[in-house]
Amino acid sequence: MEAKSTISVDEAEIQTDASTPAVNAGEYEVIHSKSPVFYDLYTRKTELQHQTHYCPGCGHGVVHKLIAEAIEELGLQDKTIIVSPVGCSVFAYYYFDVGNVQVAHGRAPAAATGLKRACPDKVVISYQGDGDLAAIGTAEIIHAANRGEKIAVFFVNNAIYGMTGGQMAPTTLVGQKSTTSPFGRRPGNEGFPIHMAELLAALEAPAYIERVALSDNKNIMKARRAIRKALEIQKNGSGFSFVEILSPCPTIWGKDPVEARRWVLEKMIPAFPLNVFRDRVPEIPSMEVPQRSVEEVLELAAKPEGQNASVQKHAHHFKDVKIKIAGFGGQGVLLLGQLLIEMGMREGLEVSWLPSYGPEMRSGSAHCHVCLSKERIGSPLVSRPDVLVAMNEFSLRKFAPEVVSGGLVLYNSESLPPDFVAPGIQVIPIPAAEMADRLGSTKAANIVMMGALLEETECLDARTALSVLEDKVKKVDLLEVDRQALAAGRLFIDNNAHVGAVSQPDGFA
Amino acid sequence: MRQLCKGNVAIVKGAILAGCRAYYGYPITPASEIAEAAAFYFPQVGGTFLQAESEVSAINMVYGASAAGMRVMSASSGPGLSLMQEGISYLAGAELPCVIVDVMRGGPGLGNIGPEQGDYFAMVKGGGHGNYRNIVVAPASVQEMAELTMLAFELADKYRNPAIVLTDGFVGQMMEPLDLQLSELKSPDKPWAVKGTPETRPNVITSIYLETDELEEQQRKMEAKYLRAQQAEPRSELINTDDAEVLLVGYGIVSRILFSTVEALRKEGVKAGLFRPITLWPYPSKSLAEAARKVEKVFVVELSNGQMLEDIRLALDGNVPVDFYGRVGGNVPSVAEIQEHVLARIGAAV
Repeated sequence: MEAKSTISVDEAEIQTDASTPAVNAGEYEVIHSKSPVFYDLYTRKTELQHQTHYCPGCGHGVVHKLIAEAIEELGLQDKTIIVSPVGCSVFAYYYFDVGNVQVAHGRAPAAATGLKRACPDKVVISYQGDGDLAAIGTAEIIHAANRGEKIAVFFVNNAIYGMTGGQMAPTTLVGQKSTTSPFGRRPGNEGFPIHMAELLAALEAPAYIERVALSDNKNIMKARRAIRKALEIQKNGSGFSFVEILSPCPTIWGKDPVEARRWVLEKMIPAFPLNVFRDRVPEIPSMEVPQRSVEEVLELAAKPEGQNASVQKHAHHFKDVKIKIAGFGGQGVLLLGQLLIEMGMREGLEVSWLPSYGPEMRSGSAHCHVCLSKERIGSPLVSRPDVLVAMNEFSLRKFAPEVVSGGLVLYNSESLPPDFVAPGIQVIPIPAAEMADRLGSTKAANIVMMGALLEETECLDARTALSVLEDKVKKVDLLEVDRQALAAGRLFIDNNAHVGAVSQPDGFA
Repeated sequence: MRQLCKGNVAIVKGAILAGCRAYYGYPITPASEIAEAAAFYFPQVGGTFLQAESEVSAINMVYGASAAGMRVMSASSGPGLSLMQEGISYLAGAELPCVIVDVMRGGPGLGNIGPEQGDYFAMVKGGGHGNYRNIVVAPASVQEMAELTMLAFELADKYRNPAIVLTDGFVGQMMEPLDLQLSELKSPDKPWAVKGTPETRPNVITSIYLETDELEEQQRKMEAKYLRAQQAEPRSELINTDDAEVLLVGYGIVSRILFSTVEALRKEGVKAGLFRPITLWPYPSKSLAEAARKVEKVFVVELSNGQMLEDIRLALDGNVPVDFYGRVGGNVPSVAEIQEHVLARIGAAV
């Protein structure tokens, strides 16, 4: 179906607005007065500093006036910040004698969020046009509204891109011609005009949403009340308010100011019905975060005796030890590495821990690199481990070839795979999972391996291990299992390993 | 007191000590721990944490908070930084200070989440539109993640410019001891900010200058401050460079691997040294040229296709032969791998 063109120049005769008293030329007095919320002289402009840059009949001038008067009436001039957008109103800061922040196209609600959160008791206004708010900045306005940011948004909808010379806006009417919809807006191509007020009214948080129009004096007075109300809501700290203002753009529409107003009345209002879509103070549950000092939050103070107190210095017989720990996610692979570096740190060593990291999905492999050193640690990446703790067969096969000659592999299993060979390294199978199981929790298999690692390498003191476990394991019963697991791992090495040593110097088991 | 800490978490701790009380961001691997730590710490010390709807919004929230004079930050990884580039250009144009962390991952596009240094051009050379610079610091340890974040806040305020903490997945994810003292930095007085007060009412924050002369004047002003930063702020670390015949150059995680490589090479009898830039912009070109004055060859190692390499070539101006070794895709070279490369190249040169 071909869309019907709904835009046409009205031929009706121009009527004098009934509210304007008839005057004869030369008999009336021109009174130049304006709200003190406007600068006396617009010195940020380079020329014509006594007038705005808006075209005759443009809605922005009217909206500016209504906002300025509302700010004045509510006594907010010293606490107001206006965020000006991209579009014709990019220069709102030429005129408003308030704090001014100019932002990128569409991002005013985000910048206003940052401002309002920084200055919660101030008044922040986001002034936006239709391209800004309803096209490029759709995400920003929806989410600011959804969060109930306590800002006031004035949305000037004139169904066209004015500043850039008449391109289609998201609110351009069906059939309306623009430089980028030269055949008229075709819904099959560009979609229908977007109704922002209705869209935002679907959200829970907004306090006030109304659409008004600058079509005639009666509606302008309604717009005036709506703008004032939005600022009152913010003054009271009640919530997010949004006023959509249907506004004339005579220059781009190719109409004179009076025709343009009538076009708002006759064409825009039927497409964008005027209404109060939301007017209530939202119920937002108060969920305060307990406040603490920086020292407390960052745990900068020395801990009570026991915690982190350096355990009697262990006589480290190495310059550095590089350990790789590998297994399935869930086997405590990463935790074992963290426990080891905590121990190393308490024993006064330099330590580093580097995890393999990946998408947080189940059944993946996990491994970590642990360095313990008496000196500054260079690469935290362990490409050639001195010790490999392999919690499963996959890890054994994958990483054992990396172990340095004369290095050690601790393998979580009763026995080695029959075809497994590892020339020049010592491989000790430890049935850690079964042992931990017998102690009451398979989860302690990593601690069994830790016991074995400490006993076999003597790289760290078992007493440090105990003190670290005591600090880190909060559950009493689990701590007991871990204690026993640690002891069992050490005992296993003492009793079995050297008897059942599996790897000969030539590497063949 | 020394405490174990993840690199990403150290950034947040440093930020809080720097007086930052506002964080706006969006999660992404491998930078998410920064958002998570900020979500935990910031609200407890009276700060704001907000998970934005996108990085585009996050950086504009940063813009708003910075305009109000707050110390504010965001963090992401490459794809998120691409989205922030618009905002960073506006921040630079409006001369708004802030700190942005890029925990680099593999690219381009979705790439992968392994560590890479492929965002060097985007962060160090700009990336957004227009004539501006980012101040860029490159931590190589968990301790530096905190300390250089604090420095980034100081430099950002000093020059009224965005400062980037450029790091990678490995430094972000690794844990090391972190030693922090309770000495909070204070955000300086910012008379230019817009705070909704009578004193700040005359202020305007903007990056639009319609008149060509006005924009040129504004840019000249920015150039002048960039020049001041280039004179005052380059930082680097030199290790074993005094007698070095071979100079290795790398930043971030690569510098850690090169530190070990220098040790390994010296064991082989090769007089190797390490030059580690700590600021990537301004680049420590003078120190590099000085350190390379007597060496026979400079080896640049990056997790990229050779991005910092260009700055090194500029700094050395053809006076010293420069060799490049790069790994990409999330692969990280081992010490042995680089050692072998260096030995092969200097062997070939003889």
